[in-house]
Amino acid sequence: MAKTHVTMKVDGAEVEGLVEPRTLLVHFIRENLQLTGTHVGCETTHCGACTVDLDGMSVKSCTVFAVQADGSEITTIEGMANPDGSLSALQEGFRMMHGLQCGFCTPGMIMRAHRLLQENPSPTEQDIRMGMSGNLCRCTGYQNIIRAIQYAAAKLNNVEFKEAAE
Amino acid sequence: MNDMTPTREQRTAALEGMGCKRKRVEDIRFTQGKGNYVDDVKLPGMLHGDFVRSPHAHARVKAIKADEALKVPGVLAVITAETLKTVNLAWMPTLAGDVQMVLADGKVLFQNQEVAFVVATDRYAADDGINKVEVEYEPLPPLIDPFKAMDHNAPVLREDLADKTTGAHGPRKHHNHIFEWTVGDKDLTDAAFRKAEVTIKEMISYHRTHPSPLETCQCVCSFDKVKGELTIWGTFQAPHVIRTVVSLIAKLPEQKIHVIAPDIGGGFGNKVGAYPGYICAAVASIVTGKPVKWVEDRIENLTATSFARDYHMTTEVAATKEGKVTGLRVHVLADHGAFDACADPSKWPAGFFNIVTGSYDFPTAHLVVDGVYTNKAPGGVAYRCSFRVTEAAYCIERAMDILAQKLGMDPAELRLKNFIKPEQFPYHSALGWEYDSGDYHTAMRKMMETTDYAALRKEQASRRAAFKRGETREIMGLGVSFFTEIVGAGPSKNCDILGIAMFDSCEIRMHPTGAGIARMGTKSQGQGHETTWAQIIATEIGIPADNIQVEEGNTDTAPYGLGTYGSRSTPVAGAAIAMAARKIKAKAQMIAAYKLEVHEDDLEFDIDGFRVKGLPEKFMSMKDICWAAYNSVPPGMEPGLEAVSYYDPPNMTYPFGAYLCVMDIDVDTGVYKVRRFYALDDCGTRINPMIIEGQVHGGLTEAFAIAMGQEIRYDDTGNVVTGSFMDFFMPTAVETPHWETDFTVTPSPHHPIGAKGVGESPNVGGVPAFSNAVNDAFSFLGSTHIQMPHDFWRNWKAAKNLGAVA
Repeated sequence: MAKTHVTMKVDGAEVEGLVEPRTLLVHFIRENLQLTGTHVGCETTHCGACTVDLDGMSVKSCTVFAVQADGSEITTIEGMANPDGSLSALQEGFRMMHGLQCGFCTPGMIMRAHRLLQENPSPTEQDIRMGMSGNLCRCTGYQNIIRAIQYAAAKLNNVEFKEAAE
Repeated sequence: MNDMTPTREQRTAALEGMGCKRKRVEDIRFTQGKGNYVDDVKLPGMLHGDFVRSPHAHARVKAIKADEALKVPGVLAVITAETLKTVNLAWMPTLAGDVQMVLADGKVLFQNQEVAFVVATDRYAADDGINKVEVEYEPLPPLIDPFKAMDHNAPVLREDLADKTTGAHGPRKHHNHIFEWTVGDKDLTDAAFRKAEVTIKEMISYHRTHPSPLETCQCVCSFDKVKGELTIWGTFQAPHVIRTVVSLIAKLPEQKIHVIAPDIGGGFGNKVGAYPGYICAAVASIVTGKPVKWVEDRIENLTATSFARDYHMTTEVAATKEGKVTGLRVHVLADHGAFDACADPSKWPAGFFNIVTGSYDFPTAHLVVDGVYTNKAPGGVAYRCSFRVTEAAYCIERAMDILAQKLGMDPAELRLKNFIKPEQFPYHSALGWEYDSGDYHTAMRKMMETTDYAALRKEQASRRAAFKRGETREIMGLGVSFFTEIVGAGPSKNCDILGIAMFDSCEIRMHPTGAGIARMGTKSQGQGHETTWAQIIATEIGIPADNIQVEEGNTDTAPYGLGTYGSRSTPVAGAAIAMAARKIKAKAQMIAAYKLEVHEDDLEFDIDGFRVKGLPEKFMSMKDICWAAYNSVPPGMEPGLEAVSYYDPPNMTYPFGAYLCVMDIDVDTGVYKVRRFYALDDCGTRINPMIIEGQVHGGLTEAFAIAMGQEIRYDDTGNVVTGSFMDFFMPTAVETPHWETDFTVTPSPHHPIGAKGVGESPNVGGVPAFSNAVNDAFSFLGSTHIQMPHDFWRNWKAAKNLGAVA
């Protein structure tokens, strides 16, 4: 099949590649760019494990063709740590609040939460539940994911994190 | 001592041992996208394999034509049953003593059954090849309803077994019958029913569902022709068992098979068994000499690998007028699909379903389970439960509510009246188990006090009155569930997989600088073993958990173990860890005695080292002992500090818990709202409360899904109608309720650290709590039992059937 040349900026680096028109963005990221932090859980846009940040939007990369992302700017989980390599507020929040177990949904969760906190820096629990509803988790029951995002929001807003009472 | 000397509390805290809410070491890599899951494994020249699958539930395969597929660019091979027959692998043994087609051999027996395996240079080319494989089918009548499986005119599904009157578990009554399993005293139980003042009888179904971990089943097989060695990376909950199975069926020497289970994206029972994909990828690698990857997609996962449940339980309870239970009689019709591929210990065709007497002191009980074949996917896995324990817990917990309703008693009061009493432990149940420990009354009363159960019942009474007066269209239900699990399979006297006793193992090797590595026969799929196993070692030997690396999943380096499922890791492997650590400690004590120039009996262990009794200043830390183990051991002692333990548990463990669900249902729409969910778990000694709480949250969410909508449903012709996440209910953060957790601690008397296991309790106890809440809500309108799953539509239908909706 004829291949198309694409270029994009992924996690701050200019990248390019030859892809078939049908190549999914998630496969371009995982196979061509070798960035395997972005996961595939369902191939039908339901689970959100493949969520990346594409030009300022949360996008499920299993339902976007690589050619559609030509010229765009993408952030994946591999671009989320602080510049010095330490865990970012969200990554730290997920660890501190036990917001993950098997870790398979975690990259998508963090990428979606990253955009959610750009859209709404001080979300309520209900805002978070709605805002994260495109991402499935089988292990945590979401409760600690919500706390993880609240932890990160507090840290980014420079306010004290208060754990919700049980 | 000066002010700089750490206190005992500080020394204990520095270990981050048992009881500590230690943050997980796994999270450092997982939060950065640096986990290493199977699909992340990439090898030079790696090929991809994918399946042609059957559109029919039951059909004869007349011909498979691969010519056009082989012309597709990138397609290298199309493997069929005929290919596999040349290496005697067209069929494979199942864990349940049956055989299963690897690829369709003359017939297909369920929709999406594997028919041919296309091998290509990448996954897209493999898919192109699949589209070009032509399969000619002759449809046969499908058998979907298990209640019709043993009709005299039912179609013959398994022609390979047609003339066999005996199966792996005894006589077969019919050509679609797999086994009959009976437990208990029939005569005594029948007599109890004849004498009973009150009886109830209900057919309680636990529908077919699926574990659906977020990562599907997958593998990479790489055969090295020069060395004759096969390496398999796979999503395996039990990697050593896979190695042995591959050795036995592929006739490869076991030392030449290397099985590696890297990070696993959830298992929940889905990743215990061996699937056709593994066999086909291995054969394809042997044939092509190249590594071959197989990655299941979500539809394949839901429709072909490992369903769970599908138990139809006709349940009878006998009792006195005062509500004392006197007998239990259960007949189960078990739908096993096309092949009996249940992942149970070999001698247990219905798992541990005979825990069905639950938390109650039944003087007698009798159980019969009939397993049947249907045109559905094989499986019957323990989806986040010990083997068939969630079915048993659902059965008895619904039955107790139905009995309470008939007696006009409160369901919590009925349970309190019939609980096994603390002084009865160890308790021998009517169906053959020895419960290790429990204090059910304390747990139940704590639940009732914390939730103010009495006030909730009062509120329900007034709301029912308001409903009857037409002032509200909302009904309120209280779902009480008190479960007893049976986990930690299991003692070699009655538990094995393919003849291998279900022990588990741990090897600990301490390094000179006071660090160490522990290798295990278990395999975490999210349970956090790298964190918690180190905590057990930290407390046992006094070395900080941070200094202990835990390694699992590599069969070349790990001692043989039976893997992680059925909440067996902590009861079995957790014990092996403690026993191995105690061997280390015993040798350390001898070294310390030598260095401190005292008799070893004069030493006592004190948090992180040994101290001479009565001379507190004479102390040697474990860190220093590790160093000494490599340079100055007592004369005659071997240097080094390491130990292995293979632990054969003397008994199972029996975690329990008291759950309450408070639910409101709008009768006009069927929409429910979980107002409150309280879960009290007693899992014995608690290793990491943070991880326990997380596991309870997750298990409750799966229980919520199952009870309230998650189902693998077939239409009359055998099409799966819930085969993607569009139709298969997966709760999001919006639907999922808020969870309240609580605990009591009743240690297991036979476990070295008293721990019982917890990961599956919330699924086992959660499902009946939700279902009882729905049933309790509707009970005052005249219903006794409404089948799961309780989605909006079914709730509305129930309201309509009961006359609550015009």
